[in-house]
Amino acid sequence: MREKTTTLYLGPQHPGITGNMMVKLSLKGDTIVKAKTEVGYLHRAFEKLLEKRNWLQCFTVMCRFCVPEPDPMENIYARAVEEIEGREVPERAKYIRTMVLELARLQSFLLWYAGQNGSAGLYTVPQWSVGDRNYILDLFEELTGGRIYHMYTWPGGVRRDLPEGFESRVLKVMDYIEKRQEDYDRMMFDNSIFQKRAQGVGIINKEKAIEWGVVGAPLRACGVKSDIRIDEPYEIYDKLDFIVPTQEGADVWARALVRRAEFKQSISIIRQIIDKMPKGEIYNKVPNPQKWTLPKGNAYVRAEAVRGEIGMFLQSDGGNKPRRVHVRGAAYVHAVSLLEDVLVGQNVSDVSFIMNSLGTCPPEIER
Amino acid sequence: MGFFNLKGTIRPLTGLKQFGKVPHTIEYPNESKEAAPRYRGFHFNEIEACIGCGNCSTICMNGAIDMISLVEVEGKKGDSGLRPRVDHGRCCWCGLCVEVCPTGSLALTKEYLYVSPDANSFLWTPGVDNPEGKEKISFYSTAESSLTDMTRVPMRELEGMERIKSFAEVVLGYEEEEARKEASRCISCGICTEVCPDHMHIPEYINAIAQADDHSAIKIIYDNNPLPEMCGKVCTRRCEDVCAVQVRGEALAIRWLKRYATERAENAEMIREIVNPEIRESNGKKVGIVGAGPSGLTAAYYLALRGYDVTVYEGRSKGGGMTMYGIPKYRLPLESLEKQIGYMERIGVKIKFNTQVGKDISFEEIYQQYDAVFLGIGFQKGWKLGVPNEEAPGVQPAVDFLVSVNDGQEVKVGKKVVVIGGGNVAIDAARVARRYGAEVSILYRRRVEDMPADWEEIEGAEDEGIHIIAQAIPKQIVVDEHGKLKGFEYIKARMEQDERGGRPRPVPIEGGETFVPADDVMVAIGQEADYSFLPEEFKKNIEISRGRIVADPVTFQTSDPKIFAGGDAVNRTADAISAIANGFNAVKGIDKFLFGKEK
Repeated sequence: MREKTTTLYLGPQHPGITGNMMVKLSLKGDTIVKAKTEVGYLHRAFEKLLEKRNWLQCFTVMCRFCVPEPDPMENIYARAVEEIEGREVPERAKYIRTMVLELARLQSFLLWYAGQNGSAGLYTVPQWSVGDRNYILDLFEELTGGRIYHMYTWPGGVRRDLPEGFESRVLKVMDYIEKRQEDYDRMMFDNSIFQKRAQGVGIINKEKAIEWGVVGAPLRACGVKSDIRIDEPYEIYDKLDFIVPTQEGADVWARALVRRAEFKQSISIIRQIIDKMPKGEIYNKVPNPQKWTLPKGNAYVRAEAVRGEIGMFLQSDGGNKPRRVHVRGAAYVHAVSLLEDVLVGQNVSDVSFIMNSLGTCPPEIER
Repeated sequence: MGFFNLKGTIRPLTGLKQFGKVPHTIEYPNESKEAAPRYRGFHFNEIEACIGCGNCSTICMNGAIDMISLVEVEGKKGDSGLRPRVDHGRCCWCGLCVEVCPTGSLALTKEYLYVSPDANSFLWTPGVDNPEGKEKISFYSTAESSLTDMTRVPMRELEGMERIKSFAEVVLGYEEEEARKEASRCISCGICTEVCPDHMHIPEYINAIAQADDHSAIKIIYDNNPLPEMCGKVCTRRCEDVCAVQVRGEALAIRWLKRYATERAENAEMIREIVNPEIRESNGKKVGIVGAGPSGLTAAYYLALRGYDVTVYEGRSKGGGMTMYGIPKYRLPLESLEKQIGYMERIGVKIKFNTQVGKDISFEEIYQQYDAVFLGIGFQKGWKLGVPNEEAPGVQPAVDFLVSVNDGQEVKVGKKVVVIGGGNVAIDAARVARRYGAEVSILYRRRVEDMPADWEEIEGAEDEGIHIIAQAIPKQIVVDEHGKLKGFEYIKARMEQDERGGRPRPVPIEGGETFVPADDVMVAIGQEADYSFLPEEFKKNIEISRGRIVADPVTFQTSDPKIFAGGDAVNRTADAISAIANGFNAVKGIDKFLFGKEK
């Protein structure tokens, strides 16, 4: 008997809570035989926009590359500019930047808890983790003046110093979410429903992962020890004590375990930063933005986001705006080429579940 | 994993602890929370503090800010009269407008909720449409956090005691690096242009300097000022008084930047090569100019470019007028002026030196010979003090003293010199006398901070060891029985608030008479024009009011339509840049007079 192939369009309105993109699925029964991703719904031509803005204006665009985790984007832009210009960053600013990056990781992990569980139909965890994430957003609001788009890390340092008593409030939130981790363990990692949904699903071939340039948790879940924060330390990561957790399963479950371990690492990193935070300047002021020019040159800088490694190529022709910008986002590899490959043979109900575990982020794909 | 996982079934029941409670995502108790103290919400603008420079509008990459004129705000010196209007539908809340605001008037507030079905209602003028925002300011700029560079690149100068040994130029000028750095502080708001009497293209040439394009800067400068190097050294620079950066920091060194650019052209030929002006074909009209001062030379230069046959009559042996003879050489060296005048001659301006109108050539002759005449005669006669014994030998107008020194005449300066006055002429005379080895005191009626002289000049004088006696009202010049000068007597004064709101007035203190010994007394309390060269009939034709020729403020035509006038003898501001502006505008007036329209 010849089985009929059904075509199913998943998206473009938020498949899971990832953002606007579409996956065109060819199904035989419940099983996916072919998957084709279609992106373009969120295209805002960021790279081109940056060529039209001066060096300072650009930094406010950067955060918009990725809504759930904008700070690493701001960070790589600031560092690329600093590298081309040879601009020194005060030590305290580096500590604050690293703290911001790690706080961003934490809130991004919490959002991932929500996405991963929500797409499995477990709706209690999203309620909790989004609520807990709010505490971190409160910290961001206090520090930067914005909850989601912080626009805080800029070339030369950070915009404002820590408010009075900020460190203690950060530590309080750290203690709280560390305690909450027990609840998440009970609700998610110990939950046999989640285990059954996650184990053996969305397996990535290790060789293929390396060949295709898979990064971040999906790569570490294949047993590859790779983390830019350790491989190529930036800001003050070389002064911090942390490990790169790995898993062997290469499935959604392994990726979840890697992220759970990283979540704990981030809490510990923030405590270390606050412990070591030096006093001093926070900003090596840039010149008048209208007349600020960078010397001719290129820079490629990398950073570790929750989705994986992100990189930015920045080129200056000696003028007051970038000549060319290119952003290498983790999501492009994970949610376009890798997703098409991984989905084959999977059950249709696991699509957004797998997408979430790969760190899909359409705004970052379509820069 | 077995079929039934006991632990995996029971442990998730921990979720039940939330049973019956409000959802975790809703904060409990649910009170509306105020935004963080640093929140970036709606804009607020301190309307009084804002000067309408438009830097916020320039930096906004979303085009969310435009500058509009308001009924409440009138444009005045140093205030464009415009205020930012923000489209909160386009704003991305980055706050860069706040970071670059030079005055610090613009801020963001804790307010962030506004709901309306009308898209146009998101467009409002901060500070006018939301006056209550002042109480809620959260994200603001301080002089430290501001991206406006508040600190001027210092100018290198000769040491005070080194200076008085010679007439070497005191100010050494910027090096290339320094000039680029200083120029890059400019925010290109153009408020300076509005105030400059000649409306020079200041942001444009500063921008060229910042971009290391000095030749373009020179070309832009020569567009409406043919004596820029002189201005670069001695201009009264009202532009710097209104510079947007000066509200919270040090104004751009606009004068020094102009000086830097113009000094890149080392000689007259180089100026010609760089400026490379378009000189129109001869139009057959001839214009005679009386006086080779800034206004006369400016008119001559731009008339020559427009194809006129221009001849300038100058009574003295060198051009430049009071900038040549009234300004000491340590401020404006001779070579600098000669270079600029040499350039004018190269493009076809004829200057007849040593030809005094009224003596070597009559005014009627000039009047008959030319199609139009421009008078740039200046203020050369010093005012009298009006105190007893002013005729005593050793008492002279400061301006006469400066002219003699600059003319290379031999001058004798006594050991003790007293200069009366508080303007630049007084300071100049004092500093020159100091270079002749004299002990110099300046007497001024009001306080030091009220002196009309440039603060840099006052500081320079103090550095050189000149004693300033402020709040001293002149009483008399003291002579001995042979009529020989002994000194000067003044009365100490206290300052009293003027009831009509003017600046504080000096009031003599009873018994405050003080005597200062002096071998020379120089009076620098003002100057006036000398109209003795004009024949009677012309004096009747040309309207003169309170010592000044009355000329049309736009065309600079006098009541005799063929005669135009500019410079100190016309305008009240009496500085070189105003004279240049008069000359520049008179060219358009002459064009209109002779051809019926501006060509």
